Amino acid sequence: MTSAEMPGERFRLSMLIYDTRYRSLTIQVIALISFMLAAAWLVNNTVQNLAALGKTFDFGFLGTRAGYDINQTLIPYTNDSTHGRAAIVGILNTFLVAILGCLLATIMGVLIGILRLSPNWLVSKLAGTYVDVFRNVPVLLWIFAFFAILTDMTPAPAAFRGDNPSAQMIFGAVAITNRGFYIPWPVLAPGWQLVVGIFALSVVAVVAFGRYARARQEATGEILPTFWIKAGLLVAPTLLADLLAGHPISFDFPELQRFNFEGGGFIDKSLIALWLALSFYTAAYIAENVRGGIQAVSRGQTEAAAALGLRPNRIMNLVVLPQAMRVIIPPLISQYLNLTKNSSLAIAVGYMDARATLGGITMNQTGRELECMLLLMGFYLILSLLISSIMNWYDARVSLKER
Amino acid sequence: MKQRFLFGSAIALVLAAGAASGATLDDVKARGTLKCGVNSGLAGFAAPDAAGKWEGFDIAVCRALAAAVLGDAEKVEFTPTTTETRFTALASGEVDVLSRNSTWTFSRDVDLKFTFAGVNYYDGQGFMVSKDLGVTSAKELDGATVCIQTGTTTELNLADWFKTNGITYQPVPIATNAEANQQFQAGACDAYTTDASGLAASRATYENPDNWIILPEIISKEPLGPLVRQGDDQWADIVRWTLNALIAAEDYGITAANADEMATTSENPEIKRLLGTEGDLGAMFGLDKDWAKRAIQARGNYGEIFAANIGEGTPSNIARGLNAQWTDGGLIFSPPFR
Repeated sequence: MTSAEMPGERFRLSMLIYDTRYRSLTIQVIALISFMLAAAWLVNNTVQNLAALGKTFDFGFLGTRAGYDINQTLIPYTNDSTHGRAAIVGILNTFLVAILGCLLATIMGVLIGILRLSPNWLVSKLAGTYVDVFRNVPVLLWIFAFFAILTDMTPAPAAFRGDNPSAQMIFGAVAITNRGFYIPWPVLAPGWQLVVGIFALSVVAVVAFGRYARARQEATGEILPTFWIKAGLLVAPTLLADLLAGHPISFDFPELQRFNFEGGGFIDKSLIALWLALSFYTAAYIAENVRGGIQAVSRGQTEAAAALGLRPNRIMNLVVLPQAMRVIIPPLISQYLNLTKNSSLAIAVGYMDARATLGGITMNQTGRELECMLLLMGFYLILSLLISSIMNWYDARVSLKER
Repeated sequence: MKQRFLFGSAIALVLAAGAASGATLDDVKARGTLKCGVNSGLAGFAAPDAAGKWEGFDIAVCRALAAAVLGDAEKVEFTPTTTETRFTALASGEVDVLSRNSTWTFSRDVDLKFTFAGVNYYDGQGFMVSKDLGVTSAKELDGATVCIQTGTTTELNLADWFKTNGITYQPVPIATNAEANQQFQAGACDAYTTDASGLAASRATYENPDNWIILPEIISKEPLGPLVRQGDDQWADIVRWTLNALIAAEDYGITAANADEMATTSENPEIKRLLGTEGDLGAMFGLDKDWAKRAIQARGNYGEIFAANIGEGTPSNIARGLNAQWTDGGLIFSPPFR
């Protein structure tokens, strides 16, 4: 260990400890070396133990045939596909439940957080009870509870059979069974792109018109009948396109066959149970964030808005919530991350997420524990970083602009 | 100082590496208990009884092994494992032996680096359905929803079998047998598939066992048996020959009750070798003379274990079938003790 000598003073080794100029550096160097040694030891130990067990470290298994089936897939997959594709199916399923969960949890959380502050005693106490009940029971139990409820409270497909069935399809289109929900599913004939494209353009037009109307209102004070124009913009061109293309989009309805409903779309019970449980659980936390955020907005703001004659819901939407967002969003990020990571409990109800395919069946069939776990950890790490960077970007957008 | 640090970590490395491949027998003896990985609950095979004590067909293997190695059939620490966690538990050294109706396959034996110590139950994968469904053959299950324990060979067999027969199915993966039974009985799946023995054991626990039928098709070979980590031949030999001792004991008519008597009165040299009155087989793999006698006395010979836990008259009510002794037309066979 060498160190630059001070001019005119002889450097002694003891100065590394007793001289405050060097001490912190010395401590940091020692800490760094210890850390690197510990890391090296861990890696070396793993390598040696793998060698002792006669195992290699190899990701080649990802290219071999998986051989198992997955019940809910977003991309085409059969048991002839590779383990790598099975992992992607699982990863997409994780994305699916995470996105659905974050959406529902946010909507419910904001609603309940606001209700908790309601002046109505019953409403605020109900919201408070919701938060307490959902926050203080482990999420795994909620997942099991929702799964059990769906299993026991919904009819089996056989109940829809016969002349006088004990269960009915909703509007003859949706069947809620203890296997999952069977729903109508769009069938796309050639020309569907036109209809969908026109519809997307209509949405853009609606947004653009909204901005124009607001700018005009701010400039001239004239209020346009935005609702009817927006509704017309949204519906009319799409209907016209549909007519021109000859109704390219039709729906396939589920029909009861020998064992199951066939046709249409199928949402597995495990996905619904997991989605609801994660959303309800996380919503309780988000509700508390929202309540805290709203309470962080000075009372004077509300009173000032009221003095200007704004109605309570406009005060909330225009004055309180925009300011509260700055307080709400940072903890919201961690709730989204929690929800995403909690989705790895999916295997408890047999939902095939990344943990269940890559870290479950694939790991079990190939015996590549270390490789699978590393991949899985890498995946969750990347996903979490992705979510937090998106949310940080959003936070930067809504945060107080200092001019 | 830095050098000493390195030296220290080098020692730690050697120790850690040694622990992974060290002699399991010495570890078990030093610990005083045998760590046995078992099913988290399968009636007749591995389940806690009314008093909370683990008993069953697979448990008996662990008990016999503990009796042979430690001299006490009760010195077993049971670790319930799911189909998903079992191999990791064994590979990581969390358990010394896995006796958990696991199928002996090439890739598990070779690629997963385990050693199967033998077969204690010849099984095959079957299907169970509700009688109301009116299905008499598994080939009629086109389009059915099938409950299956995830991470098992049955999962792969199922995919292969449906594919071979050109029919489709909807899998419902489930982590444990108990949960699968719950889903199956609630009608969340049309059929439940696992080893036929497991189906029989499950059906025995249902409220009305007669309302459920096990379909005639057996779609795979499932030789089930205890397994250990590869690389410790001494320990693998102990497990293998403890199981063989139980099988040989039935062959020779040695039971838990008459083992002591047979040891002294029998004129058959093979029985004498097995029970330790002649020669010293046990010393060859680090045990004493009476190891096999104690193993037999733990829960009886193979036939007694079968009859007590899963045989005819028990709730599982399984016939010996393939699991009869070779002399009775079955596949159960022990190499000679010589």
